Amino acid sequence: MTVKFCWFNLMPWPDLPDDFKTEHRSVWVDIDGSLFDPERANGVYHEYMDQLEFADELGFDGIGVNEHHQNGYGIMPSPNIIAAGLARRTSQAAICVIGNSIALYNPPHRVAEEFAMLDCLSGGRLVAGFPVGTPMDTNFTYGQIPALTREKYYEAHDLIMEAWTNPDVFAFDGKYTQLRYVNCWPKPIQQPHPPIYIPGGGSIETWDFCLENDYNYSYLSFNGYLAGQTLMDGYWNRVGELDKSMTPGRAGFAQIICTAATDAEAEELYSEHMLYFFNRCLHVFPGFADPPGYRTVKTIQAGKLDQFRKENQALFKRLTWKDLVEGGYVIAGSPDTVRERMEDMIKRLRVGTVFCLLHMGNMPDWKTRYSSQLFAEKVMPGLRGIWGDEFADAEDWWCKPMDDRVRPEDTMADARRYPEAPKGPVA
Amino acid sequence: MSATETAPAPAFEEVVITTRRSVTAPVRVYEPAGGASAGAATVLALHGAGGWLPGEPVLDGLAAAGLRVVAPVWPAWSEHTDEDRLSDMQDFALHGWDVATEMGLLRADGAAELHLMGHSMGGMIAAEMAALAPQSVARMALLCPAGMWLDDHPIPDIFAMLPYQLAEVLFADPNVGEEVLTGGADFSDNATLTRFMVARARQQGMAGKILFPIPNRRFSERAYRVTVPTLLVWGRQDRLIPPAYADAWQAALPDATVELVDGAGHMLPYEQSAAVVAAVTSHLTS
Repeated sequence: MTVKFCWFNLMPWPDLPDDFKTEHRSVWVDIDGSLFDPERANGVYHEYMDQLEFADELGFDGIGVNEHHQNGYGIMPSPNIIAAGLARRTSQAAICVIGNSIALYNPPHRVAEEFAMLDCLSGGRLVAGFPVGTPMDTNFTYGQIPALTREKYYEAHDLIMEAWTNPDVFAFDGKYTQLRYVNCWPKPIQQPHPPIYIPGGGSIETWDFCLENDYNYSYLSFNGYLAGQTLMDGYWNRVGELDKSMTPGRAGFAQIICTAATDAEAEELYSEHMLYFFNRCLHVFPGFADPPGYRTVKTIQAGKLDQFRKENQALFKRLTWKDLVEGGYVIAGSPDTVRERMEDMIKRLRVGTVFCLLHMGNMPDWKTRYSSQLFAEKVMPGLRGIWGDEFADAEDWWCKPMDDRVRPEDTMADARRYPEAPKGPVA
Repeated sequence: MSATETAPAPAFEEVVITTRRSVTAPVRVYEPAGGASAGAATVLALHGAGGWLPGEPVLDGLAAAGLRVVAPVWPAWSEHTDEDRLSDMQDFALHGWDVATEMGLLRADGAAELHLMGHSMGGMIAAEMAALAPQSVARMALLCPAGMWLDDHPIPDIFAMLPYQLAEVLFADPNVGEEVLTGGADFSDNATLTRFMVARARQQGMAGKILFPIPNRRFSERAYRVTVPTLLVWGRQDRLIPPAYADAWQAALPDATVELVDGAGHMLPYEQSAAVVAAVTSHLTS
């Protein structure tokens, strides 16, 4: 298997004010509505989608989007809308929707339908993510009862998977969803279903769920790879305990990356934008981070790190560029520096997929493109083969597109073609 | 004198029961003053989301006034972990009746002899129990019950509150509240903190099944069935469920009276226990 690199955009709002942290309670859930400017958003959405298309152009294996609600660092409540736009204007990269919070769709069968549409539209390029969802999104914004969230999530999962794999019309008698006629129409190109990614923040139940179903487990954290190692070690221990293959394709990790000509240039170009992200975008009211019942007793007792814990919030307050880089929150520097640290990260965490956060905070377009191009041309090629031949035959948890799929570069001009007069007599 | 010499004997006996639904949980039984009396009326008392404290002045007071008090510990508020068997409002209300059955509180001839009392979440459950089986309830006392929502008086979201914010909302005097809430626990100790976090996850997670995100499971549509004489006791300084809700409950229930208590917030049973005992005793024994 080769390591897969997915260019990921959280789609942050770029204009949070300087005094955001002192004058506002939270970037998430009850963020001040007056900070959003819809006309400004017109340009912001297009800029972010252009960047995702540029990542396809640069040869990234995937381009990624995710779902957040009422969130100042993620203006993408419907990632499927963005993914649909990308499916029409890209032709190579996997469309990684990481993902749809399946318990929030009513009925969750909607996800089976929309993901099937995206898979058809993209020619089988969909990578399908099923997050349980953060408490901010799931409980406080979408009103799900914390103690029942996980049960509802598993039920939604069972419904979607059966909708994709059962060729017959069937009845689904769930506790949360009852449907007399389930008949997913359209169906996904990838059979029996697109690769499933489960993004996790550290609930240990999620590991067993991924392993029982052979789904990819991706740890999405902003704390970087050094902090993430404890958790990923726990995951791999569990893989061993359950006697599953140790192929790195089972795991993914999100990493903030800043590439420049030199280490000094990286600091000069990107420092302010990283601090914008850590100081403003991660300013979440701690009361929203852990509603009782959301985390299971098992997870609390295991003492797993939670990326939104109060002490971590306090930690961010004191961070400088040096702390961010040395602590592994951000991998930054010249292509050589970045390659060296990325190799360390990929090997330490044993991952097959890297979600590359190359746009962060309020980074302007040119810097995003500059960092991304350097990474794609001078870093990525040297990392793809890290796992050598050891897992050559291993399942890589990646999409399997059609060879003869419709490609937008061939059809875009044709789409606007005027009708030609029919030859011969019209009936 | 040392504390051990002055500590009174426990005011209650605790029995552990298993209901027909296979939910195991402890039940406190407070016998009326002067020993068990066959003629004493029984009150089934349901606690709020904070659970029973080691000492419950209102339950003590009712027993001293001659009532027998049966006070179940709700699933998740004890070490028995059967709370997953209860998911929604109907499960909660039926569990209340299952406890009453298991404790032998229902008369074979169906006559209404049992009184219900509940505080906050417990009041919400008691009211639902009365709506399900009004014929089995003699009288009812609700202490600032949850269960309704008024757009003009939004209830603060306790599920998004940090521990230090709770006393201000729950008590008329936050300084008193701070002491009651922490119970002197040392949270700098990791094991204590983990125990606290686990208890919080189980108990408030369970409460969330009927209180999150809006503490309204449409009781008002069933309130017409609650024909039993009901006393609503409310703290005038209740900042969680303000006294405007007392009016709404009174309007919704066919036979309800309201008693407002000064110097009490939402934790009224702990803040003005004597006044609560007097009002409830008077209502249940009239």
